Parts: sequence; structure tokens; C-alpha cells
Amino acid sequence: MAEARLPTARVRAAHLERLRSLTEAQGVSGDEGAVRKLVQAAIEGQADTVRTDSMGNLLVTRKGAGRARLRVLCAAHMDEVGLMVTAIDNEGYLRVEAVGGLDVDTLPGKLIWVGADRVAGVIGAKPVHLTKDDEDRRTISIDSIRIDIGAGSKDAAQSRVRVGDRATFATHFERLGRTIRAKALDDRLGVATLIELVLNPPAGIELLAAFTVQEEVGLRGARVAAYSLDPDLALALDCTPARDLPSWDGSENTSYNARLNAGPALYVSDGSTLSDPRLVRHFEETADEHRIRYQIRQPGGGGTDAGAIHLTREGIPSLSISVPARYLHSPASIASLADWRATVRLVYAGLSRLPGRWKRSR
Amino acid sequence: MKDLIRKLVEAYGPPGQEDEVRALVRAEIESLADRLEVSPLGGLHAVINAGGGTKVMLAAHLDEIGVIVSHIDERGFARFQGLGGLNVRTLVGHRVRFPGGAVGIIGIEEDPDRSRLRLNRLYLDFGVSSAADCPVRVGESGAFDRPFTQLGHRLVAKSMDDRIGVAVLIETMRQLKKTPHEVQFAFTVQEEVGLRGAATSAYGLDPDVGIAVDVTRAGDTPHALKLAVDLGKGPAIKVRDARMISDPRIVDLMVRRAEEAKIPYQLEVLEGGTTDAAAIQLTRAGVPAGCLSIPCRYIHTPSEMVDLRDVEQAVKLLRRILERPIVL
Repeated sequence: MAEARLPTARVRAAHLERLRSLTEAQGVSGDEGAVRKLVQAAIEGQADTVRTDSMGNLLVTRKGAGRARLRVLCAAHMDEVGLMVTAIDNEGYLRVEAVGGLDVDTLPGKLIWVGADRVAGVIGAKPVHLTKDDEDRRTISIDSIRIDIGAGSKDAAQSRVRVGDRATFATHFERLGRTIRAKALDDRLGVATLIELVLNPPAGIELLAAFTVQEEVGLRGARVAAYSLDPDLALALDCTPARDLPSWDGSENTSYNARLNAGPALYVSDGSTLSDPRLVRHFEETADEHRIRYQIRQPGGGGTDAGAIHLTREGIPSLSISVPARYLHSPASIASLADWRATVRLVYAGLSRLPGRWKRSR
Repeated sequence: MKDLIRKLVEAYGPPGQEDEVRALVRAEIESLADRLEVSPLGGLHAVINAGGGTKVMLAAHLDEIGVIVSHIDERGFARFQGLGGLNVRTLVGHRVRFPGGAVGIIGIEEDPDRSRLRLNRLYLDFGVSSAADCPVRVGESGAFDRPFTQLGHRLVAKSMDDRIGVAVLIETMRQLKKTPHEVQFAFTVQEEVGLRGAATSAYGLDPDVGIAVDVTRAGDTPHALKLAVDLGKGPAIKVRDARMISDPRIVDLMVRRAEEAKIPYQLEVLEGGTTDAAAIQLTRAGVPAGCLSIPCRYIHTPSEMVDLRDVEQAVKLLRRILERPIVL
């Protein structure tokens, strides 16, 4: 087997531009069209086959150099958590429901884009000097959240927003030295990784790239994508919380999930999947061989597209590899560019040397 | 059968790490199967009389509950998460064995407030004083370490759930001389984390009928759960549990075969818990499913107790079911 030429560890301007457009696009679960268009444009003319399935998953195949011994599904989800407009009050305020896991207590005061036209709004917060006694200690329910788009009346609001519109945090992408700050790094970082794999497919496999939908509301897109692609094995490329922050009381932080700047996080066990031990070992060995720093994500809860994929049909050996990032599911997450590049390199290197004996008999 | 049970229950096999148990089972049944295959997730399928009348899937799971290391602190203590439903109250002081041979003792942080008994307050002590000397790493799985014991008719071990079901399947396969059916013995994986292997095995085997063999709780101890299942009164024919209503035709068939052969049995209605049968039932276009349970005390502790007579009667009943026509 020829030695794989790994993708660059360096961050190029084109990488940053792609991350900017991907993270600033709106793709709340069930409404991933804007992200899908960006992906389609990025891979234009490069893939063997491209199709959008009934759920909205973008399914792309491309054979790498040499004989394709294995059909490998790589999934990254296009959707992000956000809000959906459920009603418009008589005064023109928007009522909302959460789509995916959001910490409602952190919503007041946040800048919002509503709908495809990005109507600007803000989630109302009572000024702190007017709050009484214990008011600020109460937890906030999603029913009390309103988006103010400055409409002033129901009619004025209705001319710009409809019930069912999605809303996201109005966060512009920023590079902060060796890190980036953006919304929706979960999982546009995975999407960006997967785009690179399509443009530069690893040798010896047929890459089945699934840009999936509705992960944040229950791994829904991945389920049908895995059924139709029916691969030999699968990787979920996702983003995982890095909670490696000091404890307020100085005690040892024993549940950090993953650490920033410690490299790609390999999953062994989460709430939905036990990774195939052979795949974990394979990527650990690959990382050691190429001197790529990696970490084991702490076993615990949570889930990725692998949860749905590995239970498809008679079972698909699966592994999740995530980029660690701080403050996921909030208006602004922070990720390390080095972690992301190391993830791209590790995934590429591992896929380039998969043993053909892992072909499933059918 | 006791030697087989001892061998099976003392093997190591937390969810996702079923290789050792699978190899043991494979060695026992290799010569009996017409077709033997390992599923993509690691389940072992042994088929006899392929192409026969009704395709009957019998499922018992290879895995047992276990722990997985999530953090190792500076002094070499390891934090862990459960693989399967751990009962935190019963864990302190137990020993956990890892595949490399390392053994850890479960300890608990001092806290006068007993209401705060949570898994994240427990740790594993490997007898070392630094992280560098800790013999395990984050992501490694361990299982309870406890030898098999016999108390009269009662057998006690760490992993009766569900090695006793595995033993019943193996013994049934050995004793079954003639059957009109295609019998699919499925030794499944990852049951304890959500019936995962049974779902994929059932998809692959595509049976006409599915029967799980697993343990169920017993209601015959002091201040026990209200459950009309006792140890020693025969295998329990499941009517329902938390996630499945058995196909009434399967229940009737089991009852009829038991009564014909004067095999003692009990009817089981379990409020909490479920088995592989729940996943099999919902596979593809749906599979008529039921479960034959072995009554068991102290489930998900290192001392799960069953009655050998119930086990032997379960084999007898399964044989009887498989040797005769299955008309639903």
C-alpha cells in the first residue's frame, strides 16, 4: 500500500473561508437546505454520485485511488440546535420552542436571526436593576421566552416572519489566533472535515459521505442514510464538548468529557454506542504511527449519528471521532484549529489503511 | 451442565467485549451447528436444520453488566461509568477485573449525607499511588470478579444474567435430536446497554418466531418485589414486561407444551426490565416473540442466584417446543 499523503496540518485561508460560510449558515434541524447548498457547491464536479434523499440527507460517493476494498460510511450532520417560531403575540413578539438541546436559562439577551431572510431580533431580558429579590435565581422556562424583532404589532411581525420559521444565534465567525469562535461548530467542523475527504478521498475505499439531517433531534437522518448506503463500516464525524475548565473550588475536574488542544477525541462508549473495539484500536495505532495527538473521549452519556448507524440492518461496526469544542449548543463555541486539522489528518490516515478483511459478507 | 455454567459465568464479558465468552460458546457448539456465523457487531449465530419449517430464533445474551474507566486521577484512583444498569448501593467493596488481569476495588468518597449516593462518588482502587502506575486506561472495560458458588440446588455467580440463558441454549442444542424447524441459536451482544445486538441479529436471521431466554426477578425474598415468581417452581413464561407484551400465541404454545409434558412453569408479569425479545419483536415487519425466563435473585449484583432445577426444566420445555409443530 502506498504511503498516504496526509492533508496539511496548516490552516489555509480557504479553510477559514469555508468554516466561516458553514458556521454562519442557518441549519436548524429539519431546515438544513442552506448548509446543503454550501456543501453541494464545495464538492461540485468532484464526486462520483451526489443525491439528496427523502429526508434531506446529502449522500455523496467517491472512490479513492486503487481497488475499493471497503465501502465506508462517513457521516457528519448539517443541522444545528436552535429555535422555532410557534406563535406571534398580538404585540408582535415571537414565541418559540427549542429545537434540540438548548440551555434555556442562557437565552435571554441573545441576538437572533429569524428565518431564511435573517430578520434580526433579540431575546428579551428584564434589566437587572429592575429585577426583584430572588427573581434572578429562578430558572427560565421556554414558554416565557420571546424574540423581539422590533415589529411593534402582530401585523408588522407577520409581514416578516411566519410560524414554523427557524431561528439561530446571530453569531459571526471569528478567528482568535489559534482558535475559532462561531455558532454551530457542532457539527459544521465535521461537515468541513467530510468535504475535505470528498475532495481528496482516501485510497483503497469507496467513501460514502453522508451529510445528515436532524441529528440534534434524535439521529434521524443518519438512520435512513445508513440503511440506503448499507456500508461495511462507519465513522461519525462530530464535535464533542470540552469541559476541561478548572473547578470553582479547586478540586480535580474528573468529568471534563474532552479537552481542548488534546487532539481528536475517539469514542469508546457513549449513551448510544459502544464503538467497535477494532476500529478504536485501528485509529489509535494510526495516530501513534503518524504522531498525531489524540484523546479518548470520557465514556459517558450523549450520542452521535453512530448511535443510529450501528444498529442499521444486521449491524454496522462504527466509531465516532469528534473535534473537541467549548460551550457547544450555545451562541458561541470555541474550537482549536490544531485539533480540527489533526482530526482531518487522523481520519484520512486511518481510512487509507483499513484492512480489507473487514469487508462484510453479504 | 454445572461445569458448563461455571465456565460461562466466570468468563469476562461486559457489553461490547464479548469475545472471550463467544469463543467459549463457539468451542462448545461448533460441531453441532450446520451453519455458524459471527454478526458484524459480534453476535454468534448457530443454525441447525437450515431451511426447515418454521424459522425459530432463540436468543440469549453473551454480555454482562460492567464498568468503563472514565478518568484516572493523580493518585491513581480511577473513576468509572456503568455499562448496563449498575445498582450503586451494592457496589462498594466489590472487585472489578480487567482483561489484562488488573483488579480494582470499588471505594466511595466519605460523605455523611447518604442521599447523595451516586456513581460519580465511587472510584476504583488498584493499590497504586500514582496515575503512572495505574494498570488501566480511560476507555477500558471491567467486569465483576467473583467465583461461582453452589448452595444446595441454588447456583450463585456474578453473571447468571445471562450466562444461564447461554447455558440453556447450549444444552438445548445438545439435547435436541430432531426438529422440523430451522432453529437459530443467537448468542447476542450488548443487551445490557439497550438490546442492541438482538435487534441486528434478528434483522440478519429474519426469523418467523423469536424466543429470548433470560433471567427475571423473583418475588420470594423478605420484603420482596410484588411478583408471583419463585425460585425452584419452574421456568417463567413471560406474559409482559416493561417493554414487551409477549405474543399471546407464543405464551399459549409454551403453556400447552409445559402442561403436556408436566413441566412445572410460572407466568411472569414483570413491571421493570425487559429482554432481547422486545427488540426481536419489532424487527423488520414484526416477529411474534416471547421469552422463557429463569427466576433469579439479586440481579445486577455480583451474587445472582438461580435454581438449577428451573434451569433444567427450561431446557426440557424448549426441547419440547422445538421438537413439535409450531402453529400460531
